[in-house]
Amino acid sequence: MSGQMRGGTDAQTHGRTEAAAAEYAPVFVGEGRQRLDAILAKYPAKAGALLPALWMVQEKHGWISPTAMAEVAEVLGLTAAYVKGVVTFYTMYHQHPVGRHFVQVCTTTPCNVCGAEKVGEAFLKATGAKRYGETSPDGQWTIVEVECLGACGFATPVMINDEFIESVTPESVPALVARYR
Amino acid sequence: MGFPHPIHPKETPVLSRHFGEAEARSYDGWVKRGGYRALEKALGQTRDQVIEEVKASGLRGRGGAGFPAGVKWSFMPKQKTKAHYLCCNADESEPGTFKDREIMRWTPHALIEGCAIAAYAIQAEQVYIYVRGEFTEPIGVMQAALAEAYARGVLGANAMGKGVRIDITIHRGAGAYICGEETALMNSIEGKRGNPRIRPPFPAAVGVFGCPTTINNVETLSSVPHIIEKGGAWYKGLSLSNPKSTGTKLFSICGAIARPGNYEVTMGFPLKELLYDVAGGMRPGRKLKAVIPGGSSVPILTAGEAEQTLLDYEGCVAQGTMLGSGGMIVLDDTTDMVYQVMRLARFYAHESCAQCTQCREGTAWTVKILQRLLNGQGRKEDLDLLLDLAEQMTGRTICVLSDSCAAPVVSAIKKFRPEFEAYLTRPAARA
Repeated sequence: MSGQMRGGTDAQTHGRTEAAAAEYAPVFVGEGRQRLDAILAKYPAKAGALLPALWMVQEKHGWISPTAMAEVAEVLGLTAAYVKGVVTFYTMYHQHPVGRHFVQVCTTTPCNVCGAEKVGEAFLKATGAKRYGETSPDGQWTIVEVECLGACGFATPVMINDEFIESVTPESVPALVARYR
Repeated sequence: MGFPHPIHPKETPVLSRHFGEAEARSYDGWVKRGGYRALEKALGQTRDQVIEEVKASGLRGRGGAGFPAGVKWSFMPKQKTKAHYLCCNADESEPGTFKDREIMRWTPHALIEGCAIAAYAIQAEQVYIYVRGEFTEPIGVMQAALAEAYARGVLGANAMGKGVRIDITIHRGAGAYICGEETALMNSIEGKRGNPRIRPPFPAAVGVFGCPTTINNVETLSSVPHIIEKGGAWYKGLSLSNPKSTGTKLFSICGAIARPGNYEVTMGFPLKELLYDVAGGMRPGRKLKAVIPGGSSVPILTAGEAEQTLLDYEGCVAQGTMLGSGGMIVLDDTTDMVYQVMRLARFYAHESCAQCTQCREGTAWTVKILQRLLNGQGRKEDLDLLLDLAEQMTGRTICVLSDSCAAPVVSAIKKFRPEFEAYLTRPAARA
């Protein structure tokens, strides 16, 4: 994702973080706790459940806040710093809130030679997001260029949240965006 | 079958025969197509018999390295003193490669059966299938198939009613190319950052959670049931060329080609026929310029070299490149080589785990120098600087990500040097 900041300035992020901590709803209680216990049974060490646990957090909250990292650390017997080290390694974990629709457009070489950059530009235009990584003014859309989605024969593949869409062209973008609005 | 295209007469569909058939995804549909007979047969043999059959087949790792699968299995300790693990590498992140995705989407039970046979052979009770985080649809298909396999008694504490425990768990990655490297993959399963480990110790001695582990690719494991059922000799006999490269291989053809898709041919198949016959040739009015035959990490072939290449491990080496994962990126005469090489380098710079200096700094500087060139600010010493940098990046790091960035850069400068030089003399052609 070529290193763009995804969440505005540090001051903004910090403000949001404090607000989020106040109203944070824990993930690993009730049914969430049961799901985690079922996952823990598959691994000989608690830390094995870390990636699945982080997915559960993102599923519920849309991103992984410092408060969430602290919760994960506590249930798995890890330090919050360790959890942060892992979160920051993996690009799919959001460290900042993103738009309601998070769009990943593959622009790596095989798709690039099939016109993928034009698909990315079409998404920016259709959603009003100013540039890659910056959420649209209505808070609905975040578009990022992503490195290889593993569907090179179906250029250009795009992910909108968890939906994987093959063979997107600049022409098909407006209809796709309309479907999500 | 060259999904999404009908089977071409020159293909030999073994793994891909049922691609596109929705019914094959269900347990009943799979059994109707001969599924789980091989697992039943394997569980009736000794572990050594299973390993010997796979050795006899000559099956080599389909993830890129090409290491003989049966030999890898035989490295696992015979005397079990602690848990053994099998990890299936379904991280498929090498640009140009999209075959494992189709195997999981259309024939999930083929992979489950292959995993179960391999787990039995190496005395592993737990299998982790590490799937890249972006593969939401294949993960869904695999999870549904696993639930059915458990419900039908294929897996679990008494797999196939034979008194063997085989459990399979999907472990979803979260966006990191490097986790396709086997030791990084194991770290990721352990809940760590995906940094590759120094070897030795090798995974068969100290693998995931400190226990003996084998890591195999999706395509490798999915080939195993066919070998157990029809015999190693049958698989070996499929090869057109070299006794060291056996069986069939799925090639993912993409980029500037008329019919992109997955095509399955026997080892030793001519690249030229695959490109022009099976995959429909170039787009109208375009000419072949170059092919990256084994995923983005291997040296680039010129059109002339590509047209002489036989597609097996040795045939690719003979042309100075590698078969790799079989992800074939086709570039035509409209391609700006400098720009595309910069894009590839950018991929590696983004995906470097950054623990080795040569890789962290080398990939980043390769991108910066190429961008300078593209911006019309190149210096005449830049091409030699890139080659020197590439040398510093090769063979000096914990894993081969750094080498993988250097390979396309070096081969592109060597084979398409005038295009790079043109950027030195003309004003900024491309920002």
